[in-house]
Amino acid sequence: MNFDPRFSGRKFASVGTRPIRPDGVDKVTGRARYGADFNMAGQLVGRVLRSPHAHAKILKIDTSKAEKLAGVKAVITAADLPDLTDGDAAMYDVLDNCMARSKALYDGHAVAAVAAVDARTARQALKLIEVDYELLPHVTDVDEAMKHTAPLINDTIFTEGLEEKPVKPSNVTKRSQFGHGDVHQGFGHADFIVERSFKTEQTHQGYIEPHACVANVSSDGTADLWVCTQGHFVYRQHCAQLLGLEASKLRVTSSEIGGGFGGKTHVWAEPVALALSRKAGRPVKLVMTRDEVFRASGPTSATSIDVKIGARKDGTITAAEATLRYSSGPYAGTWAEIGAMTAFACYKLDNVKTVGYEVLVNRPKTAAYRAPSAPMAAFAVESAVDELAKELGMDPVEFRIKNAAQEGTRSSYGPVYGPIGIGPTLEAAKTHPHMKAPLGKNQGRGMACGFWFNFGGQTCVDLNIGMDGSVSLAVGTVDVGGSRASLSLVAAEELGIDYAQLKAVVADTSSLGYNDMTDGSRGTFSSSMATISAARNAIKILRDRAAQMWDIPVDDVIWENGHAIAKGEKYGNLAALSLKEIAAASGKTGGPIAGHSELVADGAGVSFATHICDIEVDPETGAARVIRYTVIQDAGKAVHPTYVEGQYQGGAAQGIGWALNEEYIYGKDGRLQNAGFLDYRIPVCSDLPMIDTQILEIPNPNHPYGVRGVGETSIVPPLAAIANAMSNAAGVRMTHIPMSPPRVLAAIEAEREGRA
Amino acid sequence: MAGVAVSTTINGDHVEYLCQPDETLLDVLRDRLGLTGAKEGCGTGDCGACSIILDDRLVCSCLVLGAEAEGRQVETVEGMAHGEKLHTLQQKFLEHAALQCGICTPGFLIAAKDLLAKNPDPSEEEIRFGLAGNLCRCTGYDKIVRAVQDAANVMKGA
Repeated sequence: MNFDPRFSGRKFASVGTRPIRPDGVDKVTGRARYGADFNMAGQLVGRVLRSPHAHAKILKIDTSKAEKLAGVKAVITAADLPDLTDGDAAMYDVLDNCMARSKALYDGHAVAAVAAVDARTARQALKLIEVDYELLPHVTDVDEAMKHTAPLINDTIFTEGLEEKPVKPSNVTKRSQFGHGDVHQGFGHADFIVERSFKTEQTHQGYIEPHACVANVSSDGTADLWVCTQGHFVYRQHCAQLLGLEASKLRVTSSEIGGGFGGKTHVWAEPVALALSRKAGRPVKLVMTRDEVFRASGPTSATSIDVKIGARKDGTITAAEATLRYSSGPYAGTWAEIGAMTAFACYKLDNVKTVGYEVLVNRPKTAAYRAPSAPMAAFAVESAVDELAKELGMDPVEFRIKNAAQEGTRSSYGPVYGPIGIGPTLEAAKTHPHMKAPLGKNQGRGMACGFWFNFGGQTCVDLNIGMDGSVSLAVGTVDVGGSRASLSLVAAEELGIDYAQLKAVVADTSSLGYNDMTDGSRGTFSSSMATISAARNAIKILRDRAAQMWDIPVDDVIWENGHAIAKGEKYGNLAALSLKEIAAASGKTGGPIAGHSELVADGAGVSFATHICDIEVDPETGAARVIRYTVIQDAGKAVHPTYVEGQYQGGAAQGIGWALNEEYIYGKDGRLQNAGFLDYRIPVCSDLPMIDTQILEIPNPNHPYGVRGVGETSIVPPLAAIANAMSNAAGVRMTHIPMSPPRVLAAIEAEREGRA
Repeated sequence: MAGVAVSTTINGDHVEYLCQPDETLLDVLRDRLGLTGAKEGCGTGDCGACSIILDDRLVCSCLVLGAEAEGRQVETVEGMAHGEKLHTLQQKFLEHAALQCGICTPGFLIAAKDLLAKNPDPSEEEIRFGLAGNLCRCTGYDKIVRAVQDAANVMKGA
């Protein structure tokens, strides 16, 4: 495998075009099969009993009445999912989250499950399960949970990362720190310093498809799992480990996925469905309700962040510091650490320090949500940057350009940047027509920047050439938004054939080597790298077969535009052989032709974006609406530009919802008050304007085509961009997300009173 | 519990089924009739993924009982294309990439069809309010609105 992943600057024929996606017709005709659209003969309906309490000891679970109900085929509790994690603390947390063991740790925590012949019987059975709880004091707020007086969620946890080993357990699982230079000295050189505290509330990814799976465990130790997931290979590992199965005997098939955004990267219901199927000896279908999705899947962190930034009169930032506290649910996480890494990543800073605290609360286990942890940090930092620009009397774009990181800058989280897009996105924003559009009464404009790392990871692709010359591409990253189209374009490009000659599928875990989770904006980045590698391996074989057909040395055969060509004047009479012709002869020249690739896709290029936003605020109600929105982001190379635009627009829309509306609301009893789409209101069509996009292409030097991940960065700037627009539209600096009407109105009224 | 015998028309075909009195039309379509095009995103009428047309009226099939379909006309996404020929809306959704994950797409197509039947020349604002009962979490709605605008233009000329 002599694959060279470096950027080659080639001219493209297929990449950069906008064909219709290969899975499109199935999706507009209702034929595409998602998690809940699959059934097996004799399947049972699985349902989960959940704790109504935020924090409670489970004294006793009596399932006997449920077991006796006609039509009930299995009832399980934690006893049916014994601890096989062998000291793996992270997996133990996964197990405990799937089915509470000694304590229920949040409203919605699974405590038992049933499999019955139909949904009605399953629901009845849940009501017959008797659970004795001993209520414990709970805490759901991130700042409250850090206090010494807070109820302890796990008394075996002592804060990691402190200079002195703590003697008492704490809800803070870890402290992490990043930065360089001396911030104390840096602030000493500042003419202006802005210091602010911010809070953001917990939000949910809000994928429209609830988690769903069909599990079938056979008595011979083999099992099948059909599931909507962002990573069926990872699900296989985790389920096999928790159930005590051999991974290769558990075949996991990734269904079409109805949205994930990071929320379908963890197993919640799947081990439960497998355990039910094992006990009942029949297939079990388990579909979460929307209420369960909100209460018991993985929302993002709630946060509390302090930021301090200082600058000289000329606009040079001299020091920047942030303390970030992120909730992780009742289990340890690394969310504050990620927030601390991203917080100042846009800027070139001599003195920078960020400190993160991971905080346990009685809420569901935090999961990734699109550029996880970055939007909250960016909200705090970009709000403070805007305030500082105001104090300096500088244009906010110019201020950011002056301090933007560039190639060679040591990032605030450590590595030195290669070619990056923060400067170019800011320059593009400066000259964008949006910046000159007129604003009316109660309207204001804001802008903000965002950063995300991107990820590569383990990736595997098979490219098989049929005897008719058509090509099938089997990939192991899940198609969350058009990646089968983009990967087909890449294969077409490399092979020099038409897009229509290809068909890409997402292969199951028994048909392809291991692939990491489809996260970190890695789907197109990593699988396109593997596709290029696989195609090049296939081309080697195609050249070899052509050489055999011509009876000439393979070194004299080159591959161009989908044809083998004999190079040199001595072969002037040999007509080029097409892929189709070589494929047709393959049975006589050595058998099937295929290219495989197994690699670790290193070098995912970091990603930057700048967003511009206009909002209008109703000063009587505090309600705000976005009236114009522009996303400018570096894609490295946009393989299928329409789907890149879609990622930009979708991320911006999620950010707008987060900024203005969405939040988990907990009552004093620790119960979630708004576990439904009526009360947890995500943006609807009439809430939003068109979302303009501008794709910049600053090639990633570590990918043959220059591709960077594009999926996540677009959710990072909106919170701050809208807060900055709010300060210009209504004259109030909002420090608490979401900027819901009551919060904005209170701020406007406080401002009026302050003036009076 | 004894089932209710229902005789109805779905996508032009006569269909008979037995369902429980408390069973939703969505569950009947999906679990009894194998028509899984309509999706359950919430089960409470908030997301529109289960949109169908019932006697010329756009409804969430999760809020309709299976028994209520008796003697009525039901139209689902499976009935939109004619053989291999896609409905203009379906074609325009593909051309404009008005779907990413696609789970909301059947509901949007049905809601857009109903909208254009009642208002063949909608403004952008009318499209946005007309589709406000359908949630999409992937697209930010931009490309959906453009697809419906394009489809309306083509359908007007037809």
